[in-house]
Amino acid sequence: MELKEVIIEKLNGTLKGAVLEVTDFRGDLCLTVAADKIIDVCTFLKSDNDLEFNMCEDVTAIDWAKRKMRFTMVYHIYSLKNKFRLRLKVNLEGETAHSVSSVWASANWYERETFDMFGIKFTGHPDLRRVYMPEEFEYHPLRKEFPLLGIPGSIPLPKK
Amino acid sequence: MGLEAKLTSDGFITTTIDAVIAWARKNSVWPMPMGISCCAIEMMAVADPKYDLARFGSEVMRFSPRQSDLMIVAGTVTYKMSKVVRKIYDQMPDPKWVIAMGACTSTGGMYRTYSVVQGIDQFLPVDVYTAGCPPRPENLINALMEIQDIISKTRGRDFQDKPLLEMGFSKQ
Ligand code: SF4
Repeated sequence: MELKEVIIEKLNGTLKGAVLEVTDFRGDLCLTVAADKIIDVCTFLKSDNDLEFNMCEDVTAIDWAKRKMRFTMVYHIYSLKNKFRLRLKVNLEGETAHSVSSVWASANWYERETFDMFGIKFTGHPDLRRVYMPEEFEYHPLRKEFPLLGIPGSIPLPKK
Repeated sequence: MGLEAKLTSDGFITTTIDAVIAWARKNSVWPMPMGISCCAIEMMAVADPKYDLARFGSEVMRFSPRQSDLMIVAGTVTYKMSKVVRKIYDQMPDPKWVIAMGACTSTGGMYRTYSVVQGIDQFLPVDVYTAGCPPRPENLINALMEIQDIISKTRGRDFQDKPLLEMGFSKQ
């Protein structure tokens, strides 16, 4: 059995109803996961002896602007043992997501970046602060309504 | 040869203090290399033997603002970095000059975006702007020669009665 089938079968076996959708585009497997099951799915994928997705490569989000469920979380994870890359997606109801930093420590800063750029709040995150923008900045630059040149005067410059 | 040849047989010349000081200053400009991104590589090329900034008396790149009088801002200045650049500028002793090297520093360049200051003249007094991305070394040398021109026109009385704050000392 191919690894892709193993992953889907195992997930469907242990966590019923967690995987909502499976797409396999040009060899890239992508699973859409229910929002409240994401930590369980991640914990399982990491700790299962055959899968061992032990590396979290990236956590980011998509802003769909006008869609009803506006934000989608995207996780790229990698299994060093199987040399296999997997993408997880979670469609968010509002602007809040569950933090997976308890599963992979590296997700900590990725989630801070996602918070900085998209304003998505992560419940259970140990230290949700901005990474790139100044701490007193009020906007989230990668949201679709944010103007390219920023909001004039929102970041103070030193006096001339 | 040298200066002695210019002296008269009496062993003295008449000139003004301003002229002597300006002459000395303009031939010993010590740059503060504020290299922030790719333009800094070109700035290093200017200091190397091929282009040789030493010919203009500027071979001593000082990595301490307290020992320099020309700031070469070479690179993309983000809003976050602007405070650092300004602080270093404030630490330089007067009189001091600024070269905005490259498109990014002068106008924001290709980074027309929320995080990059669209021209450092929004928070620094710039004396010479340099075009290019990055500018050729000759271009930076030209900018230095422009600065030398400006310096040679500087007179001591330009600084008299100027409050320290106006000359770039801020309180914090
Ligand atoms: S002007 Fe060009 S070379 Fe210079 S810092 Fe900007 S992008 Fe880099």
